[in-house]
Amino acid sequence: MDSKAITPHWEHFEHEADIGIRGIAPTLEEAFEQTAVAMTAVMTNPDQVSASRAVSIRCEATDNEMLLMDWINELVYETAVHGLLFNRYQVAINDGILSATAFGEAVDRKKHQPAVEIKGATLTELRVYQQADGSWVAQCIVDV
Amino acid sequence: MDTSQFIQRDETCWEIPAKGNMRVPAIIYADAQLLQDMDQKVYEQITNVATLPGIVEAAYAMPDAHWGYGFPIGGVAAFDPEQGGVVSAGGVGFDISCGVRTLHTGLNIAELQPHKQALADELYRTVPAGVGSRGRIHLNHENMHGMLTGGAQWALKQGFGEAQDMERIEEHGCMAGAESKYVSSRARERQKDEMGTLGSGNHYLEVQRVAEIFDQTVARIFGLRIDDIVITIHCGSRGLGHQIGTEFLKEMAMSAAQYQIVLPDRELACAPLTSPLGKQYLGAMRAGINCALANRQIITHLTRQAVARVFPGIHLGLLYDVSHNTCKLEQHTIAGRKKALYVHRKGATRAFGPGHPDLPPVFKETGQPVLIGGSMGTNSYVLCGTKESEQRSFSSACHGAGRAMSRSKATKQWQGRTLVDELAARGIIIRSPSMRGVAEEAPLAYKDVGAVVDIADRAGLARKVARLEPVICIKG
Repeated sequence: MDSKAITPHWEHFEHEADIGIRGIAPTLEEAFEQTAVAMTAVMTNPDQVSASRAVSIRCEATDNEMLLMDWINELVYETAVHGLLFNRYQVAINDGILSATAFGEAVDRKKHQPAVEIKGATLTELRVYQQADGSWVAQCIVDV
Repeated sequence: MDTSQFIQRDETCWEIPAKGNMRVPAIIYADAQLLQDMDQKVYEQITNVATLPGIVEAAYAMPDAHWGYGFPIGGVAAFDPEQGGVVSAGGVGFDISCGVRTLHTGLNIAELQPHKQALADELYRTVPAGVGSRGRIHLNHENMHGMLTGGAQWALKQGFGEAQDMERIEEHGCMAGAESKYVSSRARERQKDEMGTLGSGNHYLEVQRVAEIFDQTVARIFGLRIDDIVITIHCGSRGLGHQIGTEFLKEMAMSAAQYQIVLPDRELACAPLTSPLGKQYLGAMRAGINCALANRQIITHLTRQAVARVFPGIHLGLLYDVSHNTCKLEQHTIAGRKKALYVHRKGATRAFGPGHPDLPPVFKETGQPVLIGGSMGTNSYVLCGTKESEQRSFSSACHGAGRAMSRSKATKQWQGRTLVDELAARGIIIRSPSMRGVAEEAPLAYKDVGAVVDIADRAGLARKVARLEPVICIKG
């Protein structure tokens, strides 16, 4: 099966105390984008977030898994410090360097009804891998 | 999990003998039912902890243990720096020094009843709660340093609280050895507008009624009588602690090979206590403890203001403040010898018994108050430390109920608004900025805290003193 046949998507997976975020897509970059949407969905319904602001993010790591952890933690930081929620992402990854733009808006407690803030991405269930069909999976547990 | 994996040492003590790379046995305190209900991941994680260098006696899991990251939540482990012992960021957790404090109000339920709604509104207005809430205090560089090194004592100097509060906080309100230079600019940035905020998730401020007394003598010393109203605050070190946890978790995971530590799982990331990285983490983590102590002290002040607006002239004294995500240097007796050990408590409460030198005179006879928070709409408990727990678990007890159901399952099963109405029908007022947040914290999404506390009591980890029922819950 051709990985291109896979529509990029995200899902949550179970953890007793916290919550798992997972992105699945034809490319590594798109999988990272989808994992980030899954992260937004931990806090609020991503469909309720409009993309009126753009933030540039860059991180670097020795492997894809640490890169995913850094990517999610950068977004956690943007949310915590600048009060932003994102609904769309554009990610490029080259030689362990991730450059991205995250699109979103400021948290509006009435509109977004944010359920919970994310403390950080953990190393638990942290995995980035390619499936037999060529599609990419990027996942970890976030502490809430 | 399958109980046949254990040797049952007594009614509540289940041992996994050291095997493979385990340096010490692992011990879980539970009854057969609680043990069966525990996730197999607790077994994996607690046996992994038992492999870490310098671990002393055993790796312990409290009756509320559940799947954490690296360490189980409800995990206790002590390390000897002289035997290559380690400190682990995952063994402390992201929410450094998350904890619980309980305040007396001097009111009883009959006096509160006519003012319940007014008090709920006033507390909700006064104490910032939930995602995106900001405190009224802005920390500049100097204040930040003061807070990181001074904890609740710093907050007191800023006018938050009363001098007599300090002896009723672990470390007398100030964790020694905090080194603000190891707290990154990002961690500071996350905290500068978050002082005096509750946060979200399972954090709350709750007005509670003393519903049952188990030990009249200790309850009298703790100042608890039936139908008394108390206020309990559950929160931690906010963005600062989370950022310290995030940064050191990664740093420790990357450096394990350099320190020749073989990790059964990368998430057990740790560093030798005597290494530069270990020392840096200890300095930063202690600053995180101070942040949590200062935060709860400021929230106490805000609570006092709110309550006084409804009940003019009222005085709220502090019962006690406990932390449940820490690593602390403590003296423990191992094979008849006093040793200085670094005790990790990840989702576990320190529970010093009677006569412990670190306790204030008022608790010398009783042991320290051990405050066990329930979840929204469920009971909480006050226990007291025991002498036996020194031998049983490095003077540690459970910290709460632990989830029985994931957040996503809870939101599928319940609606926030319906829960709020159901709890209101039972006389419990919920105030929260997020109805989805309420659904995720549904009372039945948590295990029965009563069963957990009963085991802690039967295991001698701490003794039951009183049961508290919620009246008002401000949920973050």
